[in-house]
Amino acid sequence: MGILSTYGLRLARKRWRIRAFRKRRELAPMVSRVGDIRPGAILLFSTLRNEKIRLPYFLQYYRALGINHFLIVDNGSDDGSREYLAEQPDVSLWTTGASYKRARFGVDWLNWLQMRHGHGHWTLVVDPDEFFVYPFCDTRPLRALTDWLVASSIKSFPAMLLDMYPRGPISAQPYREGQDPFEIASWFDSGNYAITRNSRYGNLWIQGGPRARVFFPDLPERAPALNKIPLVKWHRDYAYVSSTHMLLPRGLNLVYDEWGGEKASGVLLHAKFIDTFAAKAEEEMTRGQHYAASHEYRAYRDGLQASPDLWCKWSEKYINWRQLEILGLMSKGNWA
Amino acid sequence: MSVGFVMLCHTAFDRAAQVARHWSRQGCPVVIHVDRRVKAATYRKFTRDLAGEADIRFAPRFACEWGTWGLVAATQAAAELMLRDFPQVSHVCLASGSCLPLRPVSELAAYLAARPGTDFIESVTTEDVGWTVGGLNIERFTLRFPFSWRKNRRLFDDYVRLQRRVGFRRRIPAGLAPHLGSQWWCLTRESLTAILQHPRRAEFDRYFQRVWIPDESYFQTLVRLVSTRIESRSLTLHKFDFQGKPHIFYDDHLQLLRKSDCFVARKVWPQADRLYRAFLSPHAGAQQAAEPNPGKIDRLFARAVERRTKGRAGLYMQSRFPNPAWENAMSAAPYSVFQGFSDLFENFETWLGKAAGVRVHGHLFAPARVEFAGGDTSYNGALSDSAALRDYNPRSFLTNLLWNTRGERQCFQYGPADSQKILPFLMRDPQAQISVITGAWAVPLFRASLDFPEIRKEAARLQKIEAAQVDLLRLPAVKARLRIWSLAEFVEDPMTPLQDILDEINPRAGRRLTEAPRMADLAGFGQFLQNLRNQGMQPVLMGDFPAGDDPRPTTTRRGRPYLVK
Repeated sequence: MGILSTYGLRLARKRWRIRAFRKRRELAPMVSRVGDIRPGAILLFSTLRNEKIRLPYFLQYYRALGINHFLIVDNGSDDGSREYLAEQPDVSLWTTGASYKRARFGVDWLNWLQMRHGHGHWTLVVDPDEFFVYPFCDTRPLRALTDWLVASSIKSFPAMLLDMYPRGPISAQPYREGQDPFEIASWFDSGNYAITRNSRYGNLWIQGGPRARVFFPDLPERAPALNKIPLVKWHRDYAYVSSTHMLLPRGLNLVYDEWGGEKASGVLLHAKFIDTFAAKAEEEMTRGQHYAASHEYRAYRDGLQASPDLWCKWSEKYINWRQLEILGLMSKGNWA
Repeated sequence: MSVGFVMLCHTAFDRAAQVARHWSRQGCPVVIHVDRRVKAATYRKFTRDLAGEADIRFAPRFACEWGTWGLVAATQAAAELMLRDFPQVSHVCLASGSCLPLRPVSELAAYLAARPGTDFIESVTTEDVGWTVGGLNIERFTLRFPFSWRKNRRLFDDYVRLQRRVGFRRRIPAGLAPHLGSQWWCLTRESLTAILQHPRRAEFDRYFQRVWIPDESYFQTLVRLVSTRIESRSLTLHKFDFQGKPHIFYDDHLQLLRKSDCFVARKVWPQADRLYRAFLSPHAGAQQAAEPNPGKIDRLFARAVERRTKGRAGLYMQSRFPNPAWENAMSAAPYSVFQGFSDLFENFETWLGKAAGVRVHGHLFAPARVEFAGGDTSYNGALSDSAALRDYNPRSFLTNLLWNTRGERQCFQYGPADSQKILPFLMRDPQAQISVITGAWAVPLFRASLDFPEIRKEAARLQKIEAAQVDLLRLPAVKARLRIWSLAEFVEDPMTPLQDILDEINPRAGRRLTEAPRMADLAGFGQFLQNLRNQGMQPVLMGDFPAGDDPRPTTTRRGRPYLVK
């Protein structure tokens, strides 16, 4: 890494931060309870649109893990998400009608909120359909993990996105509000992930899983990225570059060991593929607000019409984090 | 007689207070030292919390930065207070605020009483320690360390290097043999008094003030001067990880800790409610005279360190992506690659599966699709048979396959018609067993009913690719176990090489081959090659085939085929 490219990245980081600063005006505070945030609180940041049906379980799940405060951007929901969130005692809510796409899929908004409220806190950035699983999450709260990370001088923690899907057609089993989505979408691909290193940002680029297998068998380079670094001890100088796939400064992306060992890592269980998906895909197609000209959603729509079943006979049924550890999708590292 | 505890606290005061109270209510005096860097308000609240307890004292405070003299000074002051105020104390244990007693104090007292006059302190000469981080053993005692290792690592390292280069050495006080060991000891009143009232104490203190991490060497060294009987081990269960920081105990370690029969454990996560509840309840502990037996916990933590430093062989994932040559095995298990065999033998795949008891795939890197065993469209781990997905990252494809099927040997066919991007990986991988019959690709062409110009074109293409392959495989960088025969060599005596290959796959089977795979009928093959030559192409990789009818010799055997390693 030469001085020039290092400096280039520094400029890029500043540019993202300035962009986030400028985009702050798009956010209108609706309910602010940020005064309740105590030093050392663990914060969750999310941006969403029309996810009312998912929210009760989402909040319940993360409260149980030990999230102290939720900072959420509502991008023009009209299904009652906003009203529901506004009532929650541990949620601060911003609303915006601005373009999701032009806010770089919400990254600018959340970068700004993190800059403003996340400094010095452990921050978890997830979508409402992403559920964080880490080693020992069934017996140790999130605070145990962050305490251990601090003691080990680790500032960022990776959790690869693991697409979960039901057996049979996606829309066969209706999802009830408040239900654990993994009662329905309880299957995943255990070992078909392609990994390369991104030399510019130093992160790993992971693609694969059922989406690559079913929707992109002929265009693998278009398959969505699954590498994520959602948990970071935030500093106001940091910035997410593209979704939570990578950050700057690039040292935060070095969440993998290069000398043969394993660092600790988790998984984000992705509950995208339940019966709400078809409607969502249709809506996103018409809005055209998603990544790469909604190419992904177009592929989904075509794929969904042709073969709506992501399940195959090698699919693995989810049991717990230990199973993911044994399969090599995540690692305890030296946490015991 | 009783046991006294000296507690060094700097954080999690609720838990420290809980433990201190637990000890003092069981008749053990406790002297607490609180780091001077702790805020006054926090300290006041802590002392108020413990105000009612008769047998708890607070020692004069020192600033305790990690690895500095302050920790020793604090221990000395607290120990002196203990010896002065509690004459009934016969042993003093050093503990921290994040220690948790696992067994009742009565059992500890009985254990100590059964071993009178014994000091339990880990004390190892500097030559024999293996755990020190940063490679500083004896140099802890002979160099100077004015810079903080935590805050000024760069300066610290540079200064150490400078002193080494200049050859600087501090003089160790006469009569002292440097020893290192765990900070957490349990000393008899006699030994501790002798250390604290040693006639040369001022000299020793002056010396140790400039030693690096004196809390792991001061008492450990001096006890050798005064003690009559040393058990060089700590009664406190504590484990360090590879960075030299202590492993932490959580609620889910409860059963392990119970079964360890250790007296005190360090370090416990302050919010491990279940542990504190279980071990601080009045009727905790049911063991009798059990010896501490931390074996299981040792293994647990040793495994964790190994996972962090070595990882699982052949695994590539989000938090393990080794640089080339650092993989600790490039793939998860040994596997075999066969080039030309399924061209030469009609039923090679089924034969091999039966003869060796392994999984035999077709051409995994075939251009049209992945030919998994049994013609499956997907495979273990939900690998897809899409050629595009595979060719997008062939290396991930192969390492995934081998990781997903660990425990079952994988074999697959390969050839010049296949995607060639994986070859550099195969040749570098010591787990790969590659067997090549060069020129065997000509056999299917020979038997195909295509136009001869097309055959000629295809033959030229495949020969060009295979020639490049063979050049690659002869490079010195090749780590795979490699065998190459020309087609002519191989058909002369196929059984010996086949036996060798099977023996390598199944070294312990020791079976002689009874059934050979069915070889394609090569009558007229020599003429076919001659026809290629006549059309202006030069087939060279097959070796020498006479233009006659049957290439197989009927009379002579020339012994073992040529082995290329």
